Amino acid sequence: MSVAEIKYIDKPHPITGLTNGKLGIWLFLASEVMLFGALFSSLILLRVGSSDWPHGKNILDVPLATLNTIILITSSVTMVMAWASLKMDRFDKFKLYMGATIALSCAFLVIKFFEYSPKFSHYEAFLKPAAVSKYEDHLTGKASISGHIEKQTDDEIVFKPDTPKGDHGADHGAEHDGHAEHAEITIDRADIHRLTSFGPWHSNFLGIYFTMTGLHGLHIIGGIVVNAWLLFPGSVMFRKERERFEGRVECAGLYWHFVDLVWIFLFPTLYLL
Amino acid sequence: MVPEYGLWLPPDISTHGYQVDRLINVLHWFMALLFVGWGIFFTYCLFKFRARTGHRANYELPNAKISKWAEVAVAGFEVVLLFGLALPVWSQVKSDFPTDEDNPLRIRVIGEQFAWNFHYAGPDGIHGRTSPELMKADNLIGLDMSDPDAADDLVTNNWMHIPKNKKIVCDVSTKDVIHSFWIPVLRVKQDAIPGMSIPVWFEATEHGDKFQVACAQLCGNNHYTMKGDLTIYESEETFNEWYESMAGDGEDEEEEEE
Amino acid sequence: MSTDHHHNPGFIAKYVFSVDHKVIGIQYAVTALLFLFFGFCLMMMMRFQLAYPGEEIPVIGGLLAGALDPDTGGFLHNLAASLVSSDGFLLPEGYNVLGAMHGTIMVFLGVVPLAVGGFGNYVMPLQIGAPDMAFPKLNMASYWVFLAGGIVMLVSFFLPQGAAQSGWTSYPPLSVISPGQTMWLIGMVLLITSSLLGSVNFIVTIIHLRAEGLSFFRLPFFVWAQFVTAFLLLLAFPPLEAAGVLQLMDRVAGTSFFMPTGLVVANEVLNVAGEGNPLLWQHLFWFLAHPEVYVLILPALGIVAEVIANNTRKPLWGYRSMVYSTIFLGFMSFIVWAHHMFMTGMGETMSIFFQTTTMIISVPSVIILTALVISLWGSSIRFTVPMLFALSFLPMFAIGGLTGLPLGLAAADIHLHDTYYVIGHFHYVVAPGTLMALFAGIYYWYPKATGRKMNTMLGHMHFWGSFIFLNAVFMPMFFQGMAGVSRRLYDQTLYYHGDAVQSLTRMSSWGAWCLGIAQIPFIINFFASLWMGKKANDNPWEATTLEWSTPTPPPHGNFTTVPVVVCGPYEYSPPDKPDGFTPQMTANA
Repeated sequence: MSVAEIKYIDKPHPITGLTNGKLGIWLFLASEVMLFGALFSSLILLRVGSSDWPHGKNILDVPLATLNTIILITSSVTMVMAWASLKMDRFDKFKLYMGATIALSCAFLVIKFFEYSPKFSHYEAFLKPAAVSKYEDHLTGKASISGHIEKQTDDEIVFKPDTPKGDHGADHGAEHDGHAEHAEITIDRADIHRLTSFGPWHSNFLGIYFTMTGLHGLHIIGGIVVNAWLLFPGSVMFRKERERFEGRVECAGLYWHFVDLVWIFLFPTLYLL
Repeated sequence: MVPEYGLWLPPDISTHGYQVDRLINVLHWFMALLFVGWGIFFTYCLFKFRARTGHRANYELPNAKISKWAEVAVAGFEVVLLFGLALPVWSQVKSDFPTDEDNPLRIRVIGEQFAWNFHYAGPDGIHGRTSPELMKADNLIGLDMSDPDAADDLVTNNWMHIPKNKKIVCDVSTKDVIHSFWIPVLRVKQDAIPGMSIPVWFEATEHGDKFQVACAQLCGNNHYTMKGDLTIYESEETFNEWYESMAGDGEDEEEEEE
Repeated sequence: MSTDHHHNPGFIAKYVFSVDHKVIGIQYAVTALLFLFFGFCLMMMMRFQLAYPGEEIPVIGGLLAGALDPDTGGFLHNLAASLVSSDGFLLPEGYNVLGAMHGTIMVFLGVVPLAVGGFGNYVMPLQIGAPDMAFPKLNMASYWVFLAGGIVMLVSFFLPQGAAQSGWTSYPPLSVISPGQTMWLIGMVLLITSSLLGSVNFIVTIIHLRAEGLSFFRLPFFVWAQFVTAFLLLLAFPPLEAAGVLQLMDRVAGTSFFMPTGLVVANEVLNVAGEGNPLLWQHLFWFLAHPEVYVLILPALGIVAEVIANNTRKPLWGYRSMVYSTIFLGFMSFIVWAHHMFMTGMGETMSIFFQTTTMIISVPSVIILTALVISLWGSSIRFTVPMLFALSFLPMFAIGGLTGLPLGLAAADIHLHDTYYVIGHFHYVVAPGTLMALFAGIYYWYPKATGRKMNTMLGHMHFWGSFIFLNAVFMPMFFQGMAGVSRRLYDQTLYYHGDAVQSLTRMSSWGAWCLGIAQIPFIINFFASLWMGKKANDNPWEATTLEWSTPTPPPHGNFTTVPVVVCGPYEYSPPDKPDGFTPQMTANA
């Protein structure tokens, strides 16, 4: 044995039963737990301290998110299949499943894009207390009107409001972005206390939604990069250092399951509760 | 009274401050004792066990029961400090708020970059409504003059006035960033956290006008200038005289004070 | 990777983008020393304003004011504009910039990279008999990400909005509305990422790559200290990263996580959603920053233990209890954070919990310190230069630790919180404490890394100068704090209680400048010894631990034979060799 050789790169350590890489990825995931743990704690604290925390389903697109949840879980399955294929010496199947994992992750991001983008053209106008009575007919329990801006001048904004919702009724939740037929409203700028799109600046709910799903999205991108590397340039290792390559795919898989798991927590916390 | 400031604790003119001071003093005696005792042992070792010809290190480790006892004693003393001296003071300051029977004077303290505003309720004992939208250069705390309770209110800027021998409750808040309401001679310190109003109480035992209110938390460029004067009146009567002389000017009182 | 050790790499691969832990360690150490020097310079400027408020800063004030000339323009103009007025005074915002950046640079770019990145990287793999870190390329990445973070921090001085100016604690809402903070946050995210990569590497290395026979209780205490430190970094830093991301969102995306409703700045209501909570930041920040204190102190304790064992020529007393104490410290450090927040209006129950945990955490520190002092008993002390630094660490750390007691009790905090007493306290821990230990480490391991010894006479000059003047700088701060002077004040003479102790401020400042002069022998020694130092053999200190059983300086792969460990780490003056020592390693070819 060479003096300069770093041990346990491909063979597990006799006591821990792990290779360096696997121990490393577990430690890394521990720190990730602390990262997302801190964000979830922040979410809880902000929510508890808020007087008006919206129901996610009234603002967010639950069907798209459900679809994304299914996609991500499926990608976890294909990831396991990719690793299992390696173990069964089916390199062709590994390529297939790994390719599927990457394709599914990309689909997740594309759907995420379609989930994000309407938020930035969807506005809410918070009215000044004095002006509330003026628009009483259009309000649904809140001192604000949300919808899409049709036209705006220096003095006025023409709003196409959303379909009115029931009392946070679940059956209306998904249609918040739908352009249902509804009369336009003209609002004086002077009556508006704050006009904002449904971007992260809208409220702490959307703020934490964009921050957490955004950070999760970055993790997805990280996973895509790693998986793509393992699929293309990195896979030459399969022929040369088989065990080490399997170890790498397994580590990438652990990471991918973690990213999946974070989403499993994010989905109910943000969209359903 | 003209306080003398020096190298140790500043003068204390509050009813609860002596307990804080006692805790700090006892602690420092304890720390000094520990450090000196430890230092003597340390210096002795350095001298006694210096390398020299004919002296050789002993491989056997000393059986130092003394150290164990010393550690237990330190831990024991800490328990005494914590439960005997520290917690009761904290509990008194934090929980034993003056009740209505004590008829305390309630003052709203509003920090801003870089000044302290003091909002007095006046004879009716009720602070007028305030709102952020009304906060302008001529109405620093945004007092809503349409509120009848605000009519007899008084707002002073960077100048706090209180009577002595009366329990004072300050509701500390801030308009912008975090400040910390700090009156060294009264042993009062409370962070002003945006979005919160936190009560703190004290009672002065001396009167005079050579006192200051400071800000203890970095609050921006001119943090260092964020100091107010503190005038303590000899009695409630003299305090009320001052109040009437100020409030008599009507609605422009804030400007008077600037 | 294993193959990298065999072929002969070129200069760039060998010294710049090296994957060798020793080169990376030296890169970390040198970068950190430069940052420490830079952070010290910032402080010397602040000290002038404090001692002589409203006077022109000598030399530098004039130079910077010169750069204010509109013709200069560009980066230098930005730097000068954020710091000085046209007549060479330090501006209040300049003072805040210096204060915030002094703290940030000293902690995150100076002490931690030197203690963990430098000493940890260089010494730890050697001490456990490993050929390198478990992930050499990741190790290199840690260094470069760290450097990028450092550069972002430095560049921020030269941008139009200047560097951060809300203190190293960056409490919102101030930090959200102050200029310069965005670069600080980006820099911090990079530094945190670097720490995380590093800590994973350290832990895997220590668990997996120990030499044969090197059980956990045969590890040198230094390795234990690095081990616990790595766990602290791994688990405590992510919440700060989360907090940093949230604050970054508040600044660049207009969210209001830390901004409650109805904030009025300069008589204008801020146009944000509101409903945020400024205390959320403080919780997340101190959840990191208290363990961070132990990140600063544990490696220092590790170095001190090594140097003391070596120079007392006898085994450490209470090695096991020191190890257990360190682990306990690590755990406890996660549940004391809110003792930084007693004055935020905390209720009684919560404050009792945090006061109690704070008192408990002092016990393991006392045990470690006691063990180190009792280790002197029955020894034969060689007063070498590293030993002088290590010995001076003990009383300095004792002062730092003792003055933490009043600060851990909420009632005493009423008077002492946010005063100079706090500044004195934590500086005693990290400056006369940790820094002295780090110097001890430099003098101790310099011969191993360079093959030459540092000069003893210059070392003595450096030691006595540093020891005396560090105390001259920080001792007055306790009395200033007692008098009630708030920290972070641009000019304390405006206050009755501050003006009364202004003479102490001057003493502190003169102490700081003299301390600067006292570093000159060190700087000369550090560089000149590379060429002129006495040649060192493989084991100049007659030490037992594994790093001294390698050639000096160690080659790629570290060991010429596979190390096998036969005994504990500190077998000095054993019964069979009363004048000698038993090295931990026997050669197994």
